Amino acid sequence: MTAGITVQADEELWSAIADPSRRQVLDLLVSHGAVSASWLAGRVPFTRQAVSKHLVVLERAGLISRRKQGREVLYQVEAERLDQAARAMAEVAAQWDQRLGAIKRLAEAAHAENTRHAENTSRNPDEQ
Amino acid sequence: MPGLVIDREVLIEAPAEVVWRTITEPDQISQWFASRVELVVEPGAHGYMEFGDQGGPVVVETVDPPARFSFRWNHPRGEEPVAGNSMLVEFTLTPEGDEQTRLRVVESGHELCAWPDAEKERYAEEHREGWVEFLDRLAVLVAKHRHR
Repeated sequence: MTAGITVQADEELWSAIADPSRRQVLDLLVSHGAVSASWLAGRVPFTRQAVSKHLVVLERAGLISRRKQGREVLYQVEAERLDQAARAMAEVAAQWDQRLGAIKRLAEAAHAENTRHAENTSRNPDEQ
Repeated sequence: MPGLVIDREVLIEAPAEVVWRTITEPDQISQWFASRVELVVEPGAHGYMEFGDQGGPVVVETVDPPARFSFRWNHPRGEEPVAGNSMLVEFTLTPEGDEQTRLRVVESGHELCAWPDAEKERYAEEHREGWVEFLDRLAVLVAKHRHR
């Protein structure tokens, strides 16, 4: 259950990426590299203030970092952290795939057993 | 603000009643999930699941045989799982013909569960892409940018 624990411990990370608006901001940062908050605000359907708030949350979760360039503050993606998030998420999904696979095997075996039993019973009704 | 959402499904060559027993009977659950299971399948019932050397309480939420079963857990952390500290695991069984069942599992963070249905639908609509796919895509993009 280690992946489960990782997910719980990283609540801040998950809630940071959970919000659709923040995912949009993250998307832009990934595809455009280091950009300013005003540049982002020009490309999303929400206000400059909202962009700033989203940037704070993303930064707190370690997903992005900021640096000063002249008079501007530029934001960029933290690749390591994003990789880590992707891996943890894929691991949880893989765990559920394994469990669903096990459920499938168990249910199909039980169904085959039921069917065999039903056939035997109908062939030898006296045995019941 | 919603938490984590994992959404997976599988097609099973067995009727829904059989799949239902596999996902709800403790001696069956112990074969695909926890190593030890104490569970009464009734809404609101408190149970316990053990995973190797760790264990934790679970709370049953929805029991609607043979279509919907859900429980709340917070992974083996030992606290009582309630809205706010736990994940909700929801199973949905959909018959396909007489002999097949589509089994879907959604594991979601607490905030999503408290949402009204309309909000959930809107959220699902906005998240067609899915979590795993979204993160995979971002990770691929990041790798590309790093190597440029």
